[in-house]
Amino acid sequence: MPSALRHLLFIMAPLVVVLAVLPGVYQNHLLLFNFVIFLILAQGVNIIYGFTGYLPFGYVGFFGAGAYGFAIMVMHLQAPAVVAVVVAGLVGVALGLLLTPLLRLSGAYFAIANLAASLAVLHLVANPALESITKGPYGVSLTGTFNPNSAYIAALVVLALTLAGVVYLKNSSFGLALQAVREDSVSAAMSGVSVVKMRVIAWLASALVAGLAGGIYAWYVSVFYPDNVFSGDFSIFAIVFALFGGVATITGPIVGVIILYGIYNVIGFTTPQYFQLIYGLLIMGLVLFLPAGLVSLATRRGWHVP
Amino acid sequence: MSPEAKPILNVSKLVKRFGGFYALDGLSFHVAPGEILGLVGPNGSGKTTAINVISGLYAPDGGEVAFDGQQIGGIASHRLVHRGINRTFQVPKPFMSLTVRENIKVALSYGRAMVAPPAINELLEQYRLAEFAERPASELNSAQQKMLDLTRALATRPRLLLLDELAAGLNPAELDWIAGHIKALAASGVAIIVVEHLMGFIEHITDRVIVLNAGKEIFEGKLAAAVKEPQVIEVFLGGEHAA
Repeated sequence: MPSALRHLLFIMAPLVVVLAVLPGVYQNHLLLFNFVIFLILAQGVNIIYGFTGYLPFGYVGFFGAGAYGFAIMVMHLQAPAVVAVVVAGLVGVALGLLLTPLLRLSGAYFAIANLAASLAVLHLVANPALESITKGPYGVSLTGTFNPNSAYIAALVVLALTLAGVVYLKNSSFGLALQAVREDSVSAAMSGVSVVKMRVIAWLASALVAGLAGGIYAWYVSVFYPDNVFSGDFSIFAIVFALFGGVATITGPIVGVIILYGIYNVIGFTTPQYFQLIYGLLIMGLVLFLPAGLVSLATRRGWHVP
Repeated sequence: MSPEAKPILNVSKLVKRFGGFYALDGLSFHVAPGEILGLVGPNGSGKTTAINVISGLYAPDGGEVAFDGQQIGGIASHRLVHRGINRTFQVPKPFMSLTVRENIKVALSYGRAMVAPPAINELLEQYRLAEFAERPASELNSAQQKMLDLTRALATRPRLLLLDELAAGLNPAELDWIAGHIKALAASGVAIIVVEHLMGFIEHITDRVIVLNAGKEIFEGKLAAAVKEPQVIEVFLGGEHAA
């Protein structure tokens, strides 16, 4: 069996099926939905950071732009929710295109510029002068499309597609070339790889994923303020989850979300007073002892981790 | 093919500046299919800069580079790879976290070799990398990384191959071995430019050398003749040694 098919059958399919069945047996629908959103976002970070090395500190910019793309389609054009989600993805891609010059930067410079860009989009959307379009700082209310069950299913579809995309990257010469660009752009060029084209494709794919997730999030919550959907927590969580599990793998970000977001919620429910202390210690431990993520426990032993 | 064949690379009056410093100052030379040309000269004389311009890493500030009859100055590296130019690096830069096999696979997939690309296992065997094929490139020693860099270049089936200090750090047995490979490549029609400090190695493999100083050519011909040239002796050893 080709490894791509194996990855789809034994990683993507079981995960999506379990998440599809869970709402029937577990009551906290919002929590399950948030799990799916973070599974998507962590894989989106995986595409741009794991495969090309760009750390997107402003990743939430695409998510928020997608949420507002969805809201504007629904509020002003009375678009059906599914169409609005697709547009949300395209808004993410459009913002990605606008920000392609950032790819000239590297390392911390890119991360900071990306963070600044996401704040700029937030302040544009939240500008009271744009109230007639975005409702400015007063937030949007999309009661007409409110349908958490459909939004949840849409999120599962996007998760499945995103995972399929990452499976492709993990098993194709395209994904290999992206990793080559990450490792050494000069040697990649001398292997015949168009470095700029590769980076832009990965960047836009990653923006598409976040835009779609943002649109679906807007669909699900239906009432939100700019600060909710542009919250830096989305970027930080998605990045930390992906890193905790291990990037440039299919399973790493999944494991990272399940463990860390699981712990996050358990602590939040049981001992919220110690929440930040415990979470902070966990992340410091990760950076100090497992900089390549949990999967490196296996790869260090020479095991292959998909 | 004989060295007298029509040149595949023609460099004429090439200029490359870094600020006010002229790394290349009107350099002209040519190389033909099947020929091995040596570029020698003291540190900073412009050898690596010349290779960087020809391989598209730097755009020239003046002069012309023609490959296969077409101007290539300023064209992006990956396009030059597709046209049939490739190179190795003085300090090899393999994709460290990818396996040796994956390193070569990238070049095989994206190099658009004009003739059938070589078989990966054959390359691995030829350049003594077979036993490390499934290991990350970071586990290779520096001589092995140089061989991986060379196989990466060869996977794209270059017609012009630029070797930047490939032999540095190899032991005498390895030098003989790699010299044999370079000569065989030339015999198959590849034009090869070798930048090297090891004069014995240069003398052994090249048909002709260009001696550079301060970005200019000061000698062209056989290495054996170059070492008798007062100007060459002067730049290598200092003025008082010149006859």
